[in-house]
Amino acid sequence: MSSPAKISLAGVEKRFGPKVVLDGIDLSVARGESLVVIGGSGSGKSVLIKCILGILKPDAGAIHVDGLDAVRGGSDVREEILCKIGMLFQGGALFDSLAVWENVAFGLIQGRKMNKNAAKQIAIEKLKRVGLGADVADLRPAELSGGMQKRVGLARAIAAEPEIIFFDEPTTGLDPIMADVINDLIVESVRELGATTITITHDMSSVRKIADRVAMLYKGKIVWNGPRGQIDQSGNDYVDQFIHGRATGPIQMDVLKR
Amino acid sequence: MNFLAVIGRIVLSSLAMIGNLSVFAARSASHVVRPPLYARHIGQQMLRIGYFSLPVVGLTALFTGATLAQQIYVGGLRFNAESAVAGVVVIAIVRELGPVLAGLMVAGRVSSAMAAELGTMRVTEQIDALVTLSTNPFKYLVVPRLIAGVITLPLLVMVANIIGVYGGFLIGTERLGFNQASYLQLTVDFLERSDVVSSLGKAAVFGFIIALAGCYHGYNSKGGAEGVGRATTNAVVSAFILILLSNLIMTIIIFTQ
Repeated sequence: MSSPAKISLAGVEKRFGPKVVLDGIDLSVARGESLVVIGGSGSGKSVLIKCILGILKPDAGAIHVDGLDAVRGGSDVREEILCKIGMLFQGGALFDSLAVWENVAFGLIQGRKMNKNAAKQIAIEKLKRVGLGADVADLRPAELSGGMQKRVGLARAIAAEPEIIFFDEPTTGLDPIMADVINDLIVESVRELGATTITITHDMSSVRKIADRVAMLYKGKIVWNGPRGQIDQSGNDYVDQFIHGRATGPIQMDVLKR
Repeated sequence: MNFLAVIGRIVLSSLAMIGNLSVFAARSASHVVRPPLYARHIGQQMLRIGYFSLPVVGLTALFTGATLAQQIYVGGLRFNAESAVAGVVVIAIVRELGPVLAGLMVAGRVSSAMAAELGTMRVTEQIDALVTLSTNPFKYLVVPRLIAGVITLPLLVMVANIIGVYGGFLIGTERLGFNQASYLQLTVDFLERSDVVSSLGKAAVFGFIIALAGCYHGYNSKGGAEGVGRATTNAVVSAFILILLSNLIMTIIIFTQ
């Protein structure tokens, strides 16, 4: 008997004015599974994660996290869900006004009311976990390179040892070597925590390294969903065009706006 | 037809903004009375709004008080009322010019800074990050600024009033030949407690408006650097309009005989 899904979406719809961004998304992620959602820019990947986080409210459909109703549940339910989640943002989203260690320890201090000294020790430990020394802890985010900021973002995402982690374009803007380092760190950290993860990316090397299962989003719909090993033999024209980066195929890019 | 459509669009978007601003204000106010309150952040914001605005507010008040004394003296000569300088300066400064000018100067300085800071946090997803870290952005970002605005502006206006009156005193005694003791006596005689209370009450309202305009436009900014720039401009413009409008309404309510 399979265990109940850690995260499940049923018929999720989201539109901004006349633009339909999510059009009846059905998706489930099992406990401990790593799902990677691929798709071109503007296909609705970030909106999907923001709906699960409760940052955006879907127009229709249901989202459950660990059996908790993320759409209709009250603020207490939402808080309980958020306590289970860590997130690595595309641009890092580090707080400029705080030192690196305060960024990493933010959720522990503000969310879990942990003592500052204890939280700082954990922050330094998590920074070491992502390959950054204690000397970085007192710097400001603006003093770090893009790759270091991503690592700090990853340290912040795992600091509270969440059950679920979201990665939004974790390798965007990094050179291929740093991207691979980040991918390795993600795999190691997630394996260590036993977390359930959803990653959104269009970097195929990330997909091949991180994913247990891959779902492809196109024009607000899941057009393919299957194990990572089958992605090269998916038989799906959308997936084939995407993973080979072809300009021609069923996916039409809005190159010209007029 | 197009002209009517443009007018309709402007009216609808203005109404939508008033509605959204009201909802934002109500939501913020509801968080003010519910813990947790971030005392350290309130202190930081009071420092930014109050202490760092002191030079610009002080200079504005000084020059305005001095100019006012000179104008009233010259104008008063026409009907032998030049002795009214001390009384008119203190009433004009305390009732109107102190709170309004301080409000406008702080709005220009602080609303724009708040909108830029929160706007940048919005477009770089820092506000979303707060949510994922189980921290309510309203409580963490908006409420401390609103509380700091409401507490700090009256203090700032009190200082502005004193400096403004001192500006008039300087011109009156150093240039126009008034006796120092009688100028001060006239100032005290003309000033009533209700003038001071209304001045500080107006200042508290202006402090709320300044923080609200900055937070609202910054919090809801979108569209990258251009959006942050737009939010900054809109914050200052709305703060100015709301300060002047609310000043008129409060003046009519308070000073109707």
